[in-house]
Amino acid sequence: MTDVHPPAPAPARPGDAARDVTLRAHGVSLGYDGRRVIEGLDLELPSGSVTAVVGPNACGKSTLLRGLARLHPLDAGRVTLGGEDVGTLSRKELAKRLGVLPQSSIAPDGVRVAELVGRGRYPHQGWFGRHSSSDDGAVLRALEATGVADLADRPVAELSGGQRQRVWIAMVLAQETDVMLLDEPTTYLDLAHQVDLLDLLTDLNRTRGTTVVMVLHELNLAARYADHLVVMSAGQVVAEGRPGDVLTAASVHAAFGLRARVVPDPVSGTPLVVPLGRAGRDENIG
Amino acid sequence: MTADLAARPAGPDAPGGATDPVAALRRRRRRRLALVVAALGVLLVAAATLALTLGEASLAPGRALAALFGAGSDADVFVVHRLRLPRIETAVLAGASFGLAGAIFQTTLRNPLASPDILGIASGASLGAVTAMLVLGLTGLAVSGAAFVGALVVALLIWVFAWRQGLHSIRFVLVGVGFAYLCSSLLAWLLASVEIRAAQSALVWTVGSVADVRGTDLTTFAVAALVLVAAVAVASRWQGPLALGDDHARALGVPVDVARVASLLLAVGLVGVATSFVGPLAFVALVAPAIARRLLDDGGAALAVSVLTGAVLVLAADVVGQHLLFGVEAPTGIVTGLIGAPYLLWLLASDRRKTLA
Repeated sequence: MTDVHPPAPAPARPGDAARDVTLRAHGVSLGYDGRRVIEGLDLELPSGSVTAVVGPNACGKSTLLRGLARLHPLDAGRVTLGGEDVGTLSRKELAKRLGVLPQSSIAPDGVRVAELVGRGRYPHQGWFGRHSSSDDGAVLRALEATGVADLADRPVAELSGGQRQRVWIAMVLAQETDVMLLDEPTTYLDLAHQVDLLDLLTDLNRTRGTTVVMVLHELNLAARYADHLVVMSAGQVVAEGRPGDVLTAASVHAAFGLRARVVPDPVSGTPLVVPLGRAGRDENIG
Repeated sequence: MTADLAARPAGPDAPGGATDPVAALRRRRRRRLALVVAALGVLLVAAATLALTLGEASLAPGRALAALFGAGSDADVFVVHRLRLPRIETAVLAGASFGLAGAIFQTTLRNPLASPDILGIASGASLGAVTAMLVLGLTGLAVSGAAFVGALVVALLIWVFAWRQGLHSIRFVLVGVGFAYLCSSLLAWLLASVEIRAAQSALVWTVGSVADVRGTDLTTFAVAALVLVAAVAVASRWQGPLALGDDHARALGVPVDVARVASLLLAVGLVGVATSFVGPLAFVALVAPAIARRLLDDGGAALAVSVLTGAVLVLAADVVGQHLLFGVEAPTGIVTGLIGAPYLLWLLASDRRKTLA
């Protein structure tokens, strides 16, 4: 897989479509009820790429995403987006630049697909100017980009899991942000729908230039689809970089405590993690 | 509205024209809203006409309408303007306030059972009024004031107990249910401990009635309710994102804690004001928004339609309570439950979806 980072933007051109939206964590600490999950973490998520954050359960990857998106308050440190401190932006301003798909999403009863996607337009609407034709246009583009335009007037509750997840992504797309954070977007989907969804996110990155950051559970899919891979363990980043460099038997063992062999994926050439488990107990790993 | 229709290229060939599913859905929604509002408007006018014509001095609709605009005999004008109109206005104001308050509670707390009756805010108002009457010996507007204070105090207490790094819906509801029982018990104890005649006169505050609000009280009620409704119209922008959950609302740029506190404060204000004039009126705040949401069925908060369903429900309940219960005049608060509950049950039973709200 080739590195698709766009050329670094020429000296500050504010408002430019391909502006720098690098997301950086500077000494970030956060947790719940006084229990620190992440302590003094520094991280850089490159602008214009697809980044996947992987790690074992409870390693703090979702917490980190919530902290980056300002869904959860930071105890210390700061997050910058394209050099600007996220904490100094108004929530609405931030919502115009950074879209987030949280982990659990429940649609209100009766809401139709286009209506739910339309709620993504909230940050662009004033107090009294409700829907404008530019909102309708953005909603339609989001529906078409995610392939759910045919479902526009179906109740969200009646859709399949894969369709529903596309609709939620369409809602975030309708926000028209440069950056999109997704917390385990493939949970509850079968493998075919997982691949389908990751193809969709990659397409959005390639065609729209949207910077995609996602927390993923499935290592091999993360390795295949991410330009940039962040491996976390116990609230710390243990490795980051291109999947081919980062995902090794040693790093998998360090992060997951799992003995595995890492071989090239026969389809994409990206690393493929094959767990040894009990079957490979006597296997020699290097 | 016309501006964005004009801005969109028309014609079947134009992109975003006749085949644009987003605009088509919006048009259908607008038609449905107009239909629902018109139907509820007709019901409201019909109930008001019944309320004007029925009574000890039965007036034909024509005579009642003439008297409404100042024509007709002095006796007719007196009956319409002094006896019946204030009662209709009170019923509409109370129903609108409870309906709107219930809709805000239910969407803000994302719980279809969250209504002031169940959260103890209505019983707090009753307790305040009854305490003022029986313990402090107050009368008139002072009792209304005590009811309002009672609602606010209970809401504040729920808040204090439910707050933990932000306001969490389910905690708020559970704490509210606790306070509802506490207030009801205190109320029962208070009524049992005083002599029967005093308890009888205080009973209206535990059930609710729209019979006795007129003159300056009615004006005060109307002004307070209208100010709160206007404030809700401003805060209603938050309801759509809030209904998606805290994380989604934050991600869309809503200051969730501020939005929830402000919305609930307005709802408590509406309940407090309405209860302080007419008592609790069981079930209206619970059922009016549920009916409104089902009529629209768009996953929205249905705030405006809840105002109408609440008004229709209370006015109809008052007409039924006064004239149609076999000679027994029942307080409005008893009949609202009698009318509202079966209608909600019918709506739920005839719901084509399997999911319950």
